Amino acid sequence: MIHTAIIMLAVGIFAGIAGSILGIGGGMIITPILTLGMGLNIKYAIGASIIAVIATSSGSTIAYLRDNVLNLRVAMFLEIATTIGAIVGALLTGVLDPKYLYLLFGCLLVFSGWNMYRKLRRGSEVLQRVEPDKIAAKLKLNGTYFDKAEMKDIDYQVENVPAGFSVMFGAGVASGLLGIGSGAFKVMALDTFMKMPLKPSSSTSNLMMGVTAAASATVYFFNGAILPGIAVPMALGILVGAVIGSRIMQVLPARWIRIVFIPIILYIGFEMLFKGLGVHF
Amino acid sequence: MAQKPATTAKEMAQVETIIGRILQVGVVISAIIMLIGLAMFLITGYSGYEGSFVPRHMGMILAGTWQLRPYAIMMLGVYCLILTPVLRVVVSIYAFYKEKDHLYVAITTLVLIILLIALVIGVKG
Repeated sequence: MIHTAIIMLAVGIFAGIAGSILGIGGGMIITPILTLGMGLNIKYAIGASIIAVIATSSGSTIAYLRDNVLNLRVAMFLEIATTIGAIVGALLTGVLDPKYLYLLFGCLLVFSGWNMYRKLRRGSEVLQRVEPDKIAAKLKLNGTYFDKAEMKDIDYQVENVPAGFSVMFGAGVASGLLGIGSGAFKVMALDTFMKMPLKPSSSTSNLMMGVTAAASATVYFFNGAILPGIAVPMALGILVGAVIGSRIMQVLPARWIRIVFIPIILYIGFEMLFKGLGVHF
Repeated sequence: MAQKPATTAKEMAQVETIIGRILQVGVVISAIIMLIGLAMFLITGYSGYEGSFVPRHMGMILAGTWQLRPYAIMMLGVYCLILTPVLRVVVSIYAFYKEKDHLYVAITTLVLIILLIALVIGVKG
């Protein structure tokens, strides 16, 4: 019992650090560890992972808010899409064959990984167009953040708002359907489609994940998928890990974050494609 | 365009500090509740219930917490944690209102309404 609690606490700290740096919810980290590593039933693993998503989000946004990296307007505007998507996803459970969803998102993730790799080679980080995007300007989505690694304020613009909104809707559907935070898709929508710099993308994604996950978490809470003996030590570990992780992230150059992120996003992408195609290892 | 982001950023910094504080309190409270429950569970070695039973209805969780049953206290902490993102949306509405940003009061209220619909769907299964 104490053994399990200590393992879950350690898993949580690890998932919290990784999740808060990359803006992903830990669902992708927690579920494999619990099912493959500890032999837990997938139902309880998903229950624990949705709590992990919320803990990562709530734990790290505390630090982000103080350090002013987050773009609250972008988050709130796009949450319209993710929360509606989450409801649609929850309603679609059992109706739609998740196979197609896996395939679609697998393709999107691989595309996004490729795009990030190209950006890494070009080295351009911030979009500065002479003519700002009309929708972005109207919705006041452009922002500024203080980059601790470069020690200066960075103004940035966003574009392709409708495309980002659509991908966010899809991320919400995936979240409701699969019980994950789908942070990787959210970072993709912000970074690849809307051209937001990586640091505000990660932290904004993190905030949005918590709000999206809160909806599905209630369902899992009331249908008995949450085991307190597992979820509680893990959540406590994640809260600690997320605070540490968001501190590290602030001083880490964006380039390094990308280097860590690209293999992860490609791995998840291929894993989803294989799942959709029914290939097992 | 050049002078606009500076003022927006300043306004937002103020709003974000308020939200950050409130959220911090929410997260710390849920962490403390979870920690108390976990400590009691580990020290006594007893979940407070027969076998592997987990209380999952609100009435049972609150009654169990009152009777100091570890699993009930842990579930209460988890539930508080689930509510922290919702709390953030609520506080953001107030913050945008203070900032006189009516567009974002409307947008954030819409998000809250969608969340409440999701909660109703969740409870009704």
